[in-house]
Amino acid sequence: MDFIWLIPLLPGVGAAINGLLGIRYFSKVLAARIACATMGAALLLSLVAFLELLGLEHREHVVTLAHWIPPIPLETASGIGAFEVPWAFRLDPLSGMMILIVTGIGFLIHLYSTAYMDHEPRGGYVRFFCYLNLFCFFMLTLVLGSTFLVMFVGWEGVGLCSYLLIGFWYHKQSASDAGKKAFIVNRIGDFGFVLGVFLVFYTFGTVDFREVAEAASHMPVEVAGFGVVSAICLLLFVGAVGKSAQIPLYVWLPDAMEGPTPVSALIHAATMVTAGVYMVGRNAVLFEHAPMVMTVVATVGALTALMAATIGLVQTDIKKVLAYSTVSQLGYMFLATGVGAFAAGAFHLMTHAFFKALLFLGSGSVIHAMDEEQDMKKMGGLKYYMGTTFITMFIGAIAIAGVPPFSGFFSKDEILYRTFLSNKWLWGLAVVTAGMTAFYMFRLIFMTFFGDYRGPGWKHEEHGGHAEEHGHTWHGPHESPRLMTVPLMVLAVGAFAAGFVGVPAALGGGNAIEHFLEPSFVATSASHAGEAEHAVAHLSHGAELALMAFSVLVGLAGISLAYHLYVRRRGQADRLAANWSVAHRVLLNKYYVDEAYGATAIDGTMASARGLWTVDRRVVDGAVNGAGWLTRALSWVSHVLDKYVVDGLVNLVGWICQEGSYLFRRVQTGLIQNYAVATLFGVFAFITMYLVARYVGV
Amino acid sequence: MPAGFSALDFYYILPELLLTGGAMVVLLLAVLTPRNDNLLLGVSLGTLVASVLSVSLFSGLDVTAARGLLAVDSFAAFFKFIVLLSAGLTMLMSAPYLRVEGLKAGEYYFLILCATLGMMFMASGVDLITLFIGLETMAVSFYILAGFLKPNPRSNEAAVKYFLLGAFSLGVLLYGMSLVYGATGTTSLQGIAVALSGQSPSMVIVLAVVLIGAGMGFKIAAVPFHMWAPDVYEGAPTPVTAFLSVGSKAASFAMLLRIFVEALPAVAADWSALFWVLAVLTMTLGNIAALTQSNLKRMLAYSSIAHAGYLLIGVVVGTERGVASMLVYLGVYLFMQLGAFAIVVAMRRSDVVGDELKDLGGLFRRSPAAAFMMLLFMLSLGGIPPTAGFMGKVWLFGAAVDAGFVWLAVIAVANSAVSLYYYLRVVVFMWMHEDAQPGSPLVFGPAMTVALGIAILGTVVFGIYPQLLFEQAQAAAGTLEGFSATVALR
Repeated sequence: MDFIWLIPLLPGVGAAINGLLGIRYFSKVLAARIACATMGAALLLSLVAFLELLGLEHREHVVTLAHWIPPIPLETASGIGAFEVPWAFRLDPLSGMMILIVTGIGFLIHLYSTAYMDHEPRGGYVRFFCYLNLFCFFMLTLVLGSTFLVMFVGWEGVGLCSYLLIGFWYHKQSASDAGKKAFIVNRIGDFGFVLGVFLVFYTFGTVDFREVAEAASHMPVEVAGFGVVSAICLLLFVGAVGKSAQIPLYVWLPDAMEGPTPVSALIHAATMVTAGVYMVGRNAVLFEHAPMVMTVVATVGALTALMAATIGLVQTDIKKVLAYSTVSQLGYMFLATGVGAFAAGAFHLMTHAFFKALLFLGSGSVIHAMDEEQDMKKMGGLKYYMGTTFITMFIGAIAIAGVPPFSGFFSKDEILYRTFLSNKWLWGLAVVTAGMTAFYMFRLIFMTFFGDYRGPGWKHEEHGGHAEEHGHTWHGPHESPRLMTVPLMVLAVGAFAAGFVGVPAALGGGNAIEHFLEPSFVATSASHAGEAEHAVAHLSHGAELALMAFSVLVGLAGISLAYHLYVRRRGQADRLAANWSVAHRVLLNKYYVDEAYGATAIDGTMASARGLWTVDRRVVDGAVNGAGWLTRALSWVSHVLDKYVVDGLVNLVGWICQEGSYLFRRVQTGLIQNYAVATLFGVFAFITMYLVARYVGV
Repeated sequence: MPAGFSALDFYYILPELLLTGGAMVVLLLAVLTPRNDNLLLGVSLGTLVASVLSVSLFSGLDVTAARGLLAVDSFAAFFKFIVLLSAGLTMLMSAPYLRVEGLKAGEYYFLILCATLGMMFMASGVDLITLFIGLETMAVSFYILAGFLKPNPRSNEAAVKYFLLGAFSLGVLLYGMSLVYGATGTTSLQGIAVALSGQSPSMVIVLAVVLIGAGMGFKIAAVPFHMWAPDVYEGAPTPVTAFLSVGSKAASFAMLLRIFVEALPAVAADWSALFWVLAVLTMTLGNIAALTQSNLKRMLAYSSIAHAGYLLIGVVVGTERGVASMLVYLGVYLFMQLGAFAIVVAMRRSDVVGDELKDLGGLFRRSPAAAFMMLLFMLSLGGIPPTAGFMGKVWLFGAAVDAGFVWLAVIAVANSAVSLYYYLRVVVFMWMHEDAQPGSPLVFGPAMTVALGIAILGTVVFGIYPQLLFEQAQAAAGTLEGFSATVALR
């Protein structure tokens, strides 16, 4: 298992080869092969590592690759500590699951992209794969990193790749703006994260996850007050909020849809955006010692889930619907971690990775088929043209809607159940969200695949027509090539079956994933994993089943409402929108949050910058100019003195010397003696110093 | 063969012997094929490589050779690597320079090798006589090298100044050494330490500390013994200036550490105070004087004075950690300083002298590669992460704080802030000023490319992964300390 450092490195090598040589020299096929091969190899290694992990008793393996930062003494709460960071990777259940997700889904998306990006010119194509590989390198570093600092390297790296890939079509103003927005909004979160890491080191004297968890487990739980652990957790959570697009920093994610669709699937659905959830889970012990922050996490999660779902109800851009759905589902994950169900959050992270990647790739297939059209109003009836895409996306939609026995059901239900035990209000919000999720997701399916075709017409032309004139002529909606549909099918299987690893006890399962992940969420010296579990309140299996049935019913109600509005009585939806025009407009404009941020944060910053500039110009420059004037006046006085008093003496010598060159004069007038005198002066001064010290006694 | 010298002694000075032999071969070749610059460069570099390899033969050893005149230990090895590497980089960047200036390569490389030989003895000598002879070998080579641009009056001026003041300061140094000999009756560093241990230091020894401090202060260009440095640095051929500011400085620091840490631990409090004052004066004056320079070489000269001030912090601290930090800083300084000088050398073309700050105007537009490299070196010299210069400063200043020299660290940090002004001014010129007289385009030949590549690699790699250098430095400092520790036990 000591090879786990190779897992991130392989895609890194791929990125380096494609980036350094490929953009200039490689053909599309070669570049794609390098990228896919490195990802495939990483996937294989991850599988091997995972299997070996299952055989380990402690379910943990740390590989220290190198000493990265040698000990630097720094002030900590308990005296001077050594700030020492090894470049170490940790494989444990949580990171094991994450590397499988990242390499597995990453590999499928690499395959898919080889076909999806085919229209790109060669240079852009290679650049795309270089970025994609680079992203996987950083993402795997993030999840495998065994210290906050190594994780932070990955954390910033994926942010960079996200920026590069959102703005991949940088000639498009909206795309480059969206890239910048994502980057800047994430900076706010990263600021919190960095401060959190500082505080972690100051408090615990280490940045190693395991050591921090150990130390924290010996600290009292901050039930009543807001102590240092709470401060750390809150700061870390700010980082998670930025990366995982939660209120109030979620605004960048919908805009991130400007990137190519495989990017949305990989980075903005399956992997990078879940990094925040992962990081909170990684520090489960810390967060459990800060109940107040846990409440904040749960509340932010539930509110984000609800708010994003409501926005998703009315969007007509197929990718925007999915984007808000992602924000909403991430909210679910935070809700789970916030109520202490870290395993449930991670479980949902995993199932979500499958079905959301599937839905995004499916939407990419649709967009591909519709010649880059993303507006669902201009689609419809596509199931007749692209059967595979339809069936796989349908499976994805069922999974996210929470219909048993699809994967989303198990993970979402676990979250709902645990939330119910912890806080009934949040549970209410989550159930309403679940209904909305089912509704907007089937609205998407119905608008896209059912009904009549509403898109633009196309020419049925004979071969050898004037197709060459445009270079690329659209022949109407069509199924995508195999390289795109095969990943869809694989993901569909995952979206269906991934939930079976977490069948709850009430349904006769063993909830295997929860027991598997548990070691990642406790400190080793703490009581046995099971005991923490027993502390949690339980409902009878009957009540649990009733809750389950209720949430399934809510989901089915959402689906049938969508069917009613968008298939059986079409037009009903528009009437509804007209009757509730104010609400509809607010939702359509996403609660005007972007506008509000624009008016407050952005304009505010600009205004204060302008204000400071004015102050700078008027006050500071004024002072500087005043000082300058004073200096000039003084120098004039000194000049007058110089001219008539000093110069009188010097001029005689000076005039003679002016004739020779400046250089010549310096040698001739014997400055070298002055140098020697300076040296001697130094010696005497030091001797005097010692004499004084010795005989006077300082 | 003098009595008491064995074959083993000759084995232990294999690196020095190889260097001597190589120098002779170069001198012979210079007579036989005076125009074959590439051959001469190849032989000289080969000599250095052979010497490096033979130094690594002795890794881990800690013995004395030649009847206690020389030490073969990690400390010596560390400094030998540093001076050999700086000699190599200097030669690589000299190749195009010699062509442009039309200088004779053979003698030039011969002198560089001789100077390196002297430095090696300064690194390994554990006897005042050995150290002094090493110093002289180095200094005499440099007197000639500084005046190597024979038709150039500035170069001549530099040579004469360096020679006269060098002779003067050597007198001061020798006076100090003779006082030590008079007081202890031995020239062996170990013997001096033994003779001085257990008795309260006499005034003679304190006087000797000041005189030796002044003599060494001259070599490392510490204020107020620095007056020669700006003139000599500006006048000497640029690669020689580079070598002078890195190789000579490093070797002198090695000698300084040997003498003070190994021979004079009995008066540690006295010399620590002396170097405290020297460090503060040196970094402050160096930085402030650098602010207004318009000549790039002169600016780098003052910058190098300021860096000597930072390095002295390690001597003041005097602990193993302090010395280790200082060695790290020297290792880092080697790459960034030589890199910056290599860019200045590259600016020298047949029609442009290129050592004025304004010659860099708009360099970014003419040669983005050169501008980016210079940017990196300037950031590193200023101590901005993620460059090596930052890591070096963190340790050095950290060591000072750790040993209780908080004010020294505060002054050093304030000085670093001041220094940023003139380092970033270079960047401002390269990016924001209007284009300078373009002259012929900047071309990096193969030798120069290798030199810059190594310098960049060192500056970046040690900034991100400093452990590599740190371990070596710690091992080196360990042998130095270990030596004095065993002395103290006796």
